[in-house]
Amino acid sequence: MPRLAYSAFSLLRQGLNRHRGWPAAWRTPEPKAHYAAIVVGGGGHGLATAYYLARNHGVTDVAVLERGWLGGGNTGRNTTVVRSNYYFPASGALYDLALKLYEGLSRDLNFNIMLSQRGMLMLAHSAHELEFARRTVNAIRRNGIDCTLLDRDQVRRRLPILDMSPDARFPVVGGYRQARAGVARHDAVAWGYARAADARGVDIIQNCEVLGFIFEGGRVVGVETSRGAIRADRVGLAVAGHSGVLAAKAGFRLPITSYALQAFVSEPIKPILHEVVLSSATGVYVSQSDKGELVVGGGLDLHPSYSQRGNLPVVEGVMSGLVGMFPCFANLRMMRSWGGIVDVVHDSSPIIGPAPVPGLYLDCGWGTGGFKAIPAGGTLLAHVMATGEQHPIARPFGLERFRTGALVDEAAASGIAH
Amino acid sequence: MLLIDCPWCGPRDEAEFRCGGEGHIARPDPDTADDATWAAYLFDRDNVKGLGFERWHHRHGCGRWFNVARDTVTHEIRAIYAMTDPKPTGGA
Repeated sequence: MPRLAYSAFSLLRQGLNRHRGWPAAWRTPEPKAHYAAIVVGGGGHGLATAYYLARNHGVTDVAVLERGWLGGGNTGRNTTVVRSNYYFPASGALYDLALKLYEGLSRDLNFNIMLSQRGMLMLAHSAHELEFARRTVNAIRRNGIDCTLLDRDQVRRRLPILDMSPDARFPVVGGYRQARAGVARHDAVAWGYARAADARGVDIIQNCEVLGFIFEGGRVVGVETSRGAIRADRVGLAVAGHSGVLAAKAGFRLPITSYALQAFVSEPIKPILHEVVLSSATGVYVSQSDKGELVVGGGLDLHPSYSQRGNLPVVEGVMSGLVGMFPCFANLRMMRSWGGIVDVVHDSSPIIGPAPVPGLYLDCGWGTGGFKAIPAGGTLLAHVMATGEQHPIARPFGLERFRTGALVDEAAASGIAH
Repeated sequence: MLLIDCPWCGPRDEAEFRCGGEGHIARPDPDTADDATWAAYLFDRDNVKGLGFERWHHRHGCGRWFNVARDTVTHEIRAIYAMTDPKPTGGA
């Protein structure tokens, strides 16, 4: 537990002291010369890995190295959706592990991640989509995950602002819904893991860029950084869109292509949208934040990119899709848009496990859906780094699947990019 | 927004094109390649940060394919060349 537990009592006590006594949530240590384990990447996945190394495996001699600032990459750039409605059993087990951990995370970390399980509704726009939705719902329920098929009237009752008129641009014939899905505060997830990991002795080192790897006898034994060489018994990579860049420094290639994924936030309005809505026809997904802003996402900018911004044609496509579904949003102004660099794999499933180089471990390839998986990515990377063995849930997601052909093809099964 | 100079149609809006992924990937002989070689051919990519070489398709134009040398950080297009040409070098 951190030095000062967050509670109503500590809030009251600090309030009486005019909030002058709050300690820093984590230390800013100088890097040591050697650690038992180094995690590269101070986003959600990297911080969660450090936390679970300490909590689940008792490995507390850990450093998290972050090139910029904590949660400044995709963890702070996503649309905050959490869900586990995946088609294949392997994916269902993986993403539901994450969702179950999210459900207890505020208590576990003593940090309010503001999880709001308001439900997520996937729209079906044709009889064929509805048929496939029925099949998907059956598969998800067989995976032991809650999911309900909705007919047209049930969708209408849930989303009265959805255009369901006879001449609607995107006719809606039904949909399906996961009630346990929802949103969580993305920054709080990074900060909560950082604070809890720090309390267990993990060194979080920001502004520390990994420039290369130190090899001994063909094995990775440390990293060269902008703050000098740091050695470690094991090194984990949780760097999302930059996985290919670091893999190249370690001398191997990955089945990953990096793309920009954009997101948008509108001006705040009164509560109007009570769950997360996704349309497969438009690729648009939208929810309303606690501050009242619409948080909107869409498809990828479909050419490789490392610039954390997107192009205008995708903006136009997302906005026209949004307004086509919800004409009442037509007069809303968008306040901000931004992009994150996502690591897309051919089968839209992540890569977890040992790298082709001994001493190095991977947690990458989450593509457009990394945020929802943070607790699982951290748990599974920590497990393989601490034990040298893949966790049973991670086994289908090793790098070897591209050689054996045992892909977990959610790209085809989900029909969406994430 | 990219303005792509199609070798046959001239400068056109990016929306008319589709990126076909990394170029210059040589297909190994399927009769002799082992699983690792074949997997590397199918899936592994350089995924370069900086100057990358890509195939593009003028899908909503002439329908032809060509190669583009493009910076994946700045999106600056450095060269456009034919499918069968080698990678441009030097000042390209």
